Amino acid sequence: MTIGAPNDPFPHRHLLGIEGLSPGEITYLLDLAEIYVEQSRQRGEKLALLRGRTIINLFFENSTRTRTSFELAGKRLGGDVINMQAQASSIKKGETLIDTAMTLNAMHPEVLIVRHPESGAVKLLSEKVSCAVINAGDGSHEHPTQALLDALVMRRRKGRIQGLTVAICGDILHSRVARSNIALLNTMGAHVRVVAPRTLLPAAIERLGVEVHTDMKKGLEDADIIMMLRLQTERMHGSYVPSIREYFHFYGLDYAKLEAAKDDALIMHPGPMNRGVEIDTDVADDIDRSVIQQQVEMGVAVRMACLDTLTRDRRNGQAAP
Amino acid sequence: MTGRTLYTNARLLDPATKLDAKGEILAVDGKIAALGPKLGRDGLGKDIETVDCGGACLAPGLVDMRVQLREPGDEYQETLETGANSAAAGGVTTMAMLPNTAPVIDEHALVEFVARRAREIGLTKIRTYAAATKGLLGKELTEFGLLAEAGAVAFTDGTRAISDALVMRRALSYASTFDLLIVQHPEEPSLATGGAVTEGEIATRLGLPGINAAAEAIMVERDLRLVEITGGRYHAAHVSTAGAIDAIRCAKARGLAVSCDTAPHYFALNETAVGDYRTFAKVSPPLRSEEDRKAVVEGLKDGTIDAIASDHAPQDQESKRLPFTSAEPGIVGLETLLPLSLELHHNGALPLLQVLRALSQRPAEILRLNAGKLAVGDPADFVIFDLDRPWRIDVSKFLSKCKNAPYDGRPAQGRALRTVVGGRGIFTAAA
Repeated sequence: MTIGAPNDPFPHRHLLGIEGLSPGEITYLLDLAEIYVEQSRQRGEKLALLRGRTIINLFFENSTRTRTSFELAGKRLGGDVINMQAQASSIKKGETLIDTAMTLNAMHPEVLIVRHPESGAVKLLSEKVSCAVINAGDGSHEHPTQALLDALVMRRRKGRIQGLTVAICGDILHSRVARSNIALLNTMGAHVRVVAPRTLLPAAIERLGVEVHTDMKKGLEDADIIMMLRLQTERMHGSYVPSIREYFHFYGLDYAKLEAAKDDALIMHPGPMNRGVEIDTDVADDIDRSVIQQQVEMGVAVRMACLDTLTRDRRNGQAAP
Repeated sequence: MTGRTLYTNARLLDPATKLDAKGEILAVDGKIAALGPKLGRDGLGKDIETVDCGGACLAPGLVDMRVQLREPGDEYQETLETGANSAAAGGVTTMAMLPNTAPVIDEHALVEFVARRAREIGLTKIRTYAAATKGLLGKELTEFGLLAEAGAVAFTDGTRAISDALVMRRALSYASTFDLLIVQHPEEPSLATGGAVTEGEIATRLGLPGINAAAEAIMVERDLRLVEITGGRYHAAHVSTAGAIDAIRCAKARGLAVSCDTAPHYFALNETAVGDYRTFAKVSPPLRSEEDRKAVVEGLKDGTIDAIASDHAPQDQESKRLPFTSAEPGIVGLETLLPLSLELHHNGALPLLQVLRALSQRPAEILRLNAGKLAVGDPADFVIFDLDRPWRIDVSKFLSKCKNAPYDGRPAQGRALRTVVGGRGIFTAAA
């Protein structure tokens, strides 16, 4: 099957964002991820899908969970995973992003997984390499595998995505998780709300097809899903919100605010959490409501599905050694 | 030099006298000696060169009041000579460069350096602004009087706003002592720091930090108050928003000595040109909404916006092939100034003479240069251009050292055929 063939379920060379993906393409990745959830739970032999193939995790920003999740996904598929942190690389010595991309490309990896603090950087890099590129988060732009894993959790717990009311709460302004989730949830027919103080809402956010709330109780009313976002520490003290105390009072998720949501509403968080800032610690640990641990598990499965899908053409074109 | 050249068969266009007629123009010793429908050949003698314009337009050479040349300091991006060649190819006969070189032009020796190099190069006339504050740091005023005597055309901190209100007040006030002009990059820095595009839906979708359009109007409005206090002469560069244009429109109606220019990208493009992180469309101030673009056209129509300047800003590949927020802002514009401005004529927004007025007469008047009109005794600085011939902009053909323009492949109509400075051809288009 060649890229772009009419019956190709995922006719894209890279995964740079959710924007531009069709409902069918998203569903395809989620269905495939379901299979990997089961396989991973069986703890059987490592798969050989990516045996002899190299995956490079190229992270220009600190990350533990996303990088580990991709690493595990690659290894479970039998691939060789190399981790590169920007601090240790030549980026700090003045090498440009494009030089780095070309250098890594010359090592013939199968997939480059890239996280970068600037929006659009992963796309720029993808234009210079011949391998597949997965965006593991670019600035405030997109983090597509996070949205996919969130969707997988919702679908498994609620049986559907269409028609769900999802409230995304917190630092929408700087959040790539929010943008990818808004794109995915709208594509799949969910109702999306954003809840935040005005300083953390980007201009014209309603144009992205969301309902905007500054009152958290109203924003959570009858919600099926509450998605909390992390508030970066450097944004807490006077620059965007006056104090942690005030932020938690109005926008921290506690049982009182949770009452507005549906009784069976699920609580999600992309991690890492600031307990006592955006989420009350008891709520975060409430096993009936919080699906934060499942998000981590689904993350690996979704990333396996993405690695599988994006390497398929090359694997079919040339047999693995 | 006793060169004599007769330009025949031209469509003479002079916004200053509203002349638009077939005719001839005679240049003697670098100056305009005569012009009219049919100049007599008697007494001209034999040693005269005749240039048949073939019916093309002949207008005052363009006066580009805002360019960045990278000499001294960043000659790998542009030198005075490559900049002058680029200007000549664009029909520009005089240009004023910003002082944001390395070192900064804040000493009269540097003003003299530019003047000497410009004479040696002998192409488009290059004049320079001097820094309004030492090192462009926004704190201490430079020696306005001495710098002006050395030849600085006006005072500006270039691509940085003079942000401190007290410094701006004193700059306007002190400049008025010598009747000098202050040129502002009108953007409130505290609202613009870190911004890469105009705030709005596109910025939000791309996840890029936005600058609200009001950052421009806020600075212009503040400055206009300071102009009122000081009686200084003030020019707002590259205005791009309805808010700033309205403020200037009101100030002019109140009789303040203020003027402004815009750049072609603010009427030829809007924020959608940024597309998918296209760094060639990153400029400062950023490209605006379609409503603001229309307001710029309106401002040109009613004369609120006096001049069109290229805002030529050479940036090499290494400065542009970066993630959007890291990429340098700027578009090279000398060679597209005329064709993009002529779009305003071709699409019916402005009469031809009004377009030319914004490109030559008005900037010359604002900077008080003896240029920008076809008057007997004035320097013979012309552009001869084909108004109608369609072509496509090809950035690889630019004479500028840098090719950072988002116009590659854009259809255009009209371009310079020949550029004349002091009666001497400095550029002739390939046939």
